[in-house]
Amino acid sequence: MSAVMNSETKKTLTDPLVNNNPITLQVLGICSALAVTSQMSTSLIMAVALTAVTACSSAAISSIRNHIPSSIRIIVQMTIIASLVIVVDQVLKAFAYEVSKQLSVFVGLIITNCIVMGRAEAYAMKNPPMASFIDGIGNGLGYSLILIIVAFFRELFGSGKLLGIDVFTLTKDGGWYDPNGLMLLPPSAFFIIGIIIWVFRQWKPDQNEVPDFKIMDIAHGEGGHH
Amino acid sequence: MEAYISLFIKAVFVENLALAFFLGMCTFLAVSKKISTAIGLGIAVMVVQVITVPVNNVIYHTLLKEDALAWMGITGVDLSFLALLSCIGMIAALVQMLEMILDKFFPALYHALGVFLPLITVNCAILGGSLFMIERDYDFTQSVVYGVGSGFGWALAITVIAGVREKLKYSDIPKGLEGLGITFITAGLMSLGFMAFSGIQL
Repeated sequence: MSAVMNSETKKTLTDPLVNNNPITLQVLGICSALAVTSQMSTSLIMAVALTAVTACSSAAISSIRNHIPSSIRIIVQMTIIASLVIVVDQVLKAFAYEVSKQLSVFVGLIITNCIVMGRAEAYAMKNPPMASFIDGIGNGLGYSLILIIVAFFRELFGSGKLLGIDVFTLTKDGGWYDPNGLMLLPPSAFFIIGIIIWVFRQWKPDQNEVPDFKIMDIAHGEGGHH
Repeated sequence: MEAYISLFIKAVFVENLALAFFLGMCTFLAVSKKISTAIGLGIAVMVVQVITVPVNNVIYHTLLKEDALAWMGITGVDLSFLALLSCIGMIAALVQMLEMILDKFFPALYHALGVFLPLITVNCAILGGSLFMIERDYDFTQSVVYGVGSGFGWALAITVIAGVREKLKYSDIPKGLEGLGITFITAGLMSLGFMAFSGIQL
C-alpha cells in the first residue's frame, strides 16, 4: 500500500493542518467544540471522536455517492452522520462515563458540526472512498490541533494543570501560581482563537482576508478607487 | 410563573446559546456582516427554535424515554439513544415544511427568511436547544419557554455583533487580525458582557 501514500495523498492529509485549516480559514466547526476546551482530557476525547466521525462518514458517503439522488442528499448524509455519532456516544457512555457526562450535549452536536457536513458535501460527494477517508482524517486533525492548542492554554493558566497533572503549584496549595479564573470561562476561548488566527496569518500572509473596501486617504487623494 | 420568567431570563442572557455555549457559531460569524441580514437570520432561528424544541419534547416524552411506551402497553423499552437521530430528523423535516408553508401562504415572509432556512437545519443552536431540553428534563411548558428564550437570545447576540462589525469597518486593525480574528475577539468581549447577568435570580 506504500504506493498509495503518494504526494497527492499526503497533501490531502496535511493541507488542512495549517494551510487550509477548517477552523481558522474555512470558519467551520467552531460551534460545538469550544465549550469543551477548558480541560485537555475532554478536548482530546472530543478531537478523537470528531476525527473518527468525519473519516468514517466521508468514507461511507463517498462509497454510495453515485446512488444518492441529489435532492435528498442532505437527509441521507445527515442520517449517516447521526448514526455514527450515536455509535460514538454509546461507546463513550459505556467506557468513559465520567467524560461523557462532562461533554454532555456536545458529542451529539458533532452531527451539526459544519466540518463533517462540509467535508461530506465538498469532498466525499466527488472523490473515491479511500481519498475521502484520508481527507476526513486530515480535517479532523486540523480541528484537533486548534482544539488542543486552546485547551493547553486554558487548562495551564486556568487551573495550573495539564491533563489533570499539576504543572504550576497553586497558591492555595502553598505554591506560587494564582490561577486565572477567566481562562475557565467561555470568553477566553474566543480570545485564544482570535490570537491563534492572528499568529497563523502573520506566519502565512496569503491567508489574510481581502478587505471589503478601503478608507480613502484624503490628504493624498488616492486609495479607495478599487 | 416566576420560575418561567427566571428560565426565560436565564435562557436569553446567562446561558446564551451563542455566547456561553458557542452554538451556531459558524452562521453567527459568517452571516453577521450586516444588521439587516443578521436580524432576518435571528428571526428565522427564533421561529424554528420555538417550534422544534416543544415538538421534540413531545416526541421524547411519548416515544423515546425509558418506559415512555407504557401507554401502548409496552414496558421496559428504552429508546433514548435514538434521541439524536429523531431530533435531527425532526428538525430537518420541520424546516422543510416551514419553507413550503411560508412559500405557499406567506410569500413576503418567505422572501425575507427563505434564504436562511436551509442554513438552519445544520445550525447547532437548534439541535443544541433540543438536546439541552432533553438533558435537563424540561416538561412541555418549560420547553416552550426555553425555546422562545434561547431563540431570542441567539437572535439578540447575532444582531448586536452585526452592529459592532458594521462600525468596526472604520477602525484600523492590525493586518493579520482583520476579518475573522477581530470578530472572535469582539465575540469574546460580548460574551464577557453577557456573563455580568449570571448573578440574576428571579
